[in-house]
Amino acid sequence: MSQIHVSTTVNGDAVEFLCEPDETLLTVLRDRLGLTGSKEGCGSGDCGACSITIDGRLVCSCLALGAEAQGCEIATIEGMAEGENLHPLQSKFLEHAALQCGICTPGFLVAAKALLEKNPDPSETEIRYWLAGNLCRCTGYDKIIRAVMDTAEEMKAAKS
Amino acid sequence: MNYQSEVSPDARKFKSIGTRPLRPDGLDKVTGKARFGADVSAPGMLHGVILRSPHAHALIKSIDTSKAEAAEGVHAVVTRADFGSDFDNPDVMDNVMAGKKALYDGHTVAAIAASSEAAARKALKLIKVEYEVLKGVTDVDAALAPDAPILHEDMVPDGVDPAPTKPTNIAHRHEFGHGDVDKGFKEADIIIERSFKTEAAHQGYIEPHACLATLGSDGRGELWCCTQGHYYVRELCADLLKIEESQLRVTASEIGGGFGGKTTVFIEPVALALSKKSNRPVKIVMSRNEVFRASGPTASSSVDVKIGVKKDGRITAGFANLRYQGGAYPGSPVEFGAMSAFACYDLENVKTVGYDIVTNRPKQVAYRAPGAPMAAFAIESVVDELAKKVGMDPIEFRLKNASSAGSKSSYGPTFSDIGLALTLETAKNHPHYSAPLGPNQGRGVACGFWFNFGGQTSVSLAVNADGTVGLSVGTPDIGGSRASLSLMVAEEMGVEYEKVRAIIADTASLGYNDVTDGSRVTFASGIAAIEASRNACKVMCARAAKTWGIPEDAVVWEDGHAKPAGSNAGDFKPMSLVEIAANASSTGGPIAGHHEINADGAGVSFSTHLADVEVDPETGRAEVVRYTVFQDAGKAIHPSYVEGQFQGGAVQGIGWALNEEYIYDNEGRLQNPGFLDYRIPVASDLPMIDAVILEVPNPGHPYGVRGVGETSIVPPLATVANALAAAAGIRMTDIPMSPPKVLKAIDEAK
Repeated sequence: MSQIHVSTTVNGDAVEFLCEPDETLLTVLRDRLGLTGSKEGCGSGDCGACSITIDGRLVCSCLALGAEAQGCEIATIEGMAEGENLHPLQSKFLEHAALQCGICTPGFLVAAKALLEKNPDPSETEIRYWLAGNLCRCTGYDKIIRAVMDTAEEMKAAKS
Repeated sequence: MNYQSEVSPDARKFKSIGTRPLRPDGLDKVTGKARFGADVSAPGMLHGVILRSPHAHALIKSIDTSKAEAAEGVHAVVTRADFGSDFDNPDVMDNVMAGKKALYDGHTVAAIAASSEAAARKALKLIKVEYEVLKGVTDVDAALAPDAPILHEDMVPDGVDPAPTKPTNIAHRHEFGHGDVDKGFKEADIIIERSFKTEAAHQGYIEPHACLATLGSDGRGELWCCTQGHYYVRELCADLLKIEESQLRVTASEIGGGFGGKTTVFIEPVALALSKKSNRPVKIVMSRNEVFRASGPTASSSVDVKIGVKKDGRITAGFANLRYQGGAYPGSPVEFGAMSAFACYDLENVKTVGYDIVTNRPKQVAYRAPGAPMAAFAIESVVDELAKKVGMDPIEFRLKNASSAGSKSSYGPTFSDIGLALTLETAKNHPHYSAPLGPNQGRGVACGFWFNFGGQTSVSLAVNADGTVGLSVGTPDIGGSRASLSLMVAEEMGVEYEKVRAIIADTASLGYNDVTDGSRVTFASGIAAIEASRNACKVMCARAAKTWGIPEDAVVWEDGHAKPAGSNAGDFKPMSLVEIAANASSTGGPIAGHHEINADGAGVSFSTHLADVEVDPETGRAEVVRYTVFQDAGKAIHPSYVEGQFQGGAVQGIGWALNEEYIYDNEGRLQNPGFLDYRIPVASDLPMIDAVILEVPNPGHPYGVRGVGETSIVPPLATVANALAAAAGIRMTDIPMSPPKVLKAIDEAK
């Protein structure tokens, strides 16, 4: 099998890579592009640790193929902060101690950002269901949910 | 050491301890920069993959690796024949790479290193293993049947009198207790006897095991891996690879959860062996399927309990027979189960017997308070029934029988100041306990206990010329310990928390450190960090004394300054840490502190949990709608991470109680090795978990710290079961209490 040439955009940068036809986008990001912030917890779309967005849509990158990235805009955890300015979610996760080991944190942040872009004023229940595809084994989710609720409040206040 | 005088009330006012600063590793973890086990590569690196037995129990007649060795991209193939003999840890060796027999579905049989993972996987199919399949056993009770398949022909249990004449699947028998239980049961007005079973749960860390190894022909190597204890990894790998410990440098990566499951080796010795054979760096990353089939989980259990009580609610005797299977090798945590079972109660007559049993399952690995949750499930369920029978409130009933200072524990020692009664009383007075319940809802309460551990720790710190402090510890940070240890150094030295930079040093940099386990890090590494700080402060006092020309013992350290004391008090302006550090080169050179201990005095920890559970009578689904944890932390160094331990342990317990289980088919093959079918709790399954921190100082630590990591998983199984009993009028004795089982019990109760 010959490799596929892919041109895409990752966190705003134009990127080109070669990948195997059956290679996942997660493997491309981690092993070919050195973006190891997205994690492989299961490889089957059950844990959400590899969450990224493709053209703004939240996906598990372990379930997408590298070849599918052609012409798309990919956003990963590495592109979430703007320079030294953290995204409000990143700051709130730190403030609320919403991480213990931190392996699930990139996936949660990417997923929560996608939620707030879609629904800036989510209820606790809406947050819990949106994040049900992201597994955390350390925190019991309490501080994660509080961090997201607090971020939504703050972002709302900043706009009004 | 005893720090009684330091922890007595009002002994000191803390500046840093008890605050909630941001964690030092936080920025890297929210930006994706933190490097976990699978996040590093090396030039010329090969990818290692593992061939695993598809059989639960089979003789390995032969392994032919010749075709795989000749396959494109393959650089090395290893089997057990590539390892030596006469190991200090023979069971670890056999678990890492099967010898004569494959003892469980997923047992490692061979491994390949190739230029790509795809090439390695392709070559795996070319290894020919000839098995003679044997009858296996995965259930703990079935393993004790007279005609049960025997795993180890040479296994004769210790602690059994008279010793069996034939091999069995029992590895050990343990017995604990005091008094006369027969006499106690005769005095009882009411006796309840029940049998309970719990299925195995996996630690479920989100990061699969991963490592990167190099090992040269000169016997020198480097290993990067996610582990709770890199010194122990070094010790085991040196044994299995027959190399010297000094020649293997192990670096602990950031660790993506462990909960006890990363306290041994699986892939690390294999990667080293492949590296040695190929003369290339080798990386191995487990798949989730491999994690479930071949690492962890905890033991499954079968427990019989008998408790007698007077009409006034006083327990007269308690007995438990505990049988835990720990997988294919000895070492189930039944001893801890038997020791902890009745620890919450002050009993005159108590006896527990525990049997460590082997079955054709992966060797169990520690899981948060190993062995205690299963025992607590059984005991706390019966205690709940007894309270109802005598007509007492379940908290009052527990308070009447609770262990307190002076109680002789069921496992031997006499307790000093403990927080059990405080957790019960606080729960009783908490708004949760009197809040109204909705339809199909019930409230449950249960208590839990864990020993906590101290152990060997070595800490070093350096006072830098700019007045900042570098702290090196050897216990991997699994939940925020760099923050708590930095807080302790800041407190002792009188510097700002942000001026301390804590790192997890590699095995070449510090003396031996025991594993991050037993809730020991904030306790034991904490003592070492505090004593290392005091050590450095003493050096700084000596430097000030030298500058001032007064005796060393005439200088004290206060608020980040050396101050003249005694007859010299007020003679010189206090000298700050920054000044002393800046002048270090002219007063004697670099300033550092270090401390090495084998810490004892880890204070035991108790907790009480409250749960409201709603049961759907149509489907049998139980949902936790409110949950509160009350636990004694001794002293909370960083309260946010203490709460996090309470919440995380409670939720792992809720998952174990309601959903999580290992499911085997009749051939002993695991049927649910993935997060879809092995379902850990997700955010939408849960309410907020309220955490109430209580503080009964432990005199074994300068600030009164008790370990907090494990106790929180002990009560939830019974708490949820007791709530379910109140909600639906059914007594569940089989964990997990999954919807089909609950529905069946509801139907049967109709």
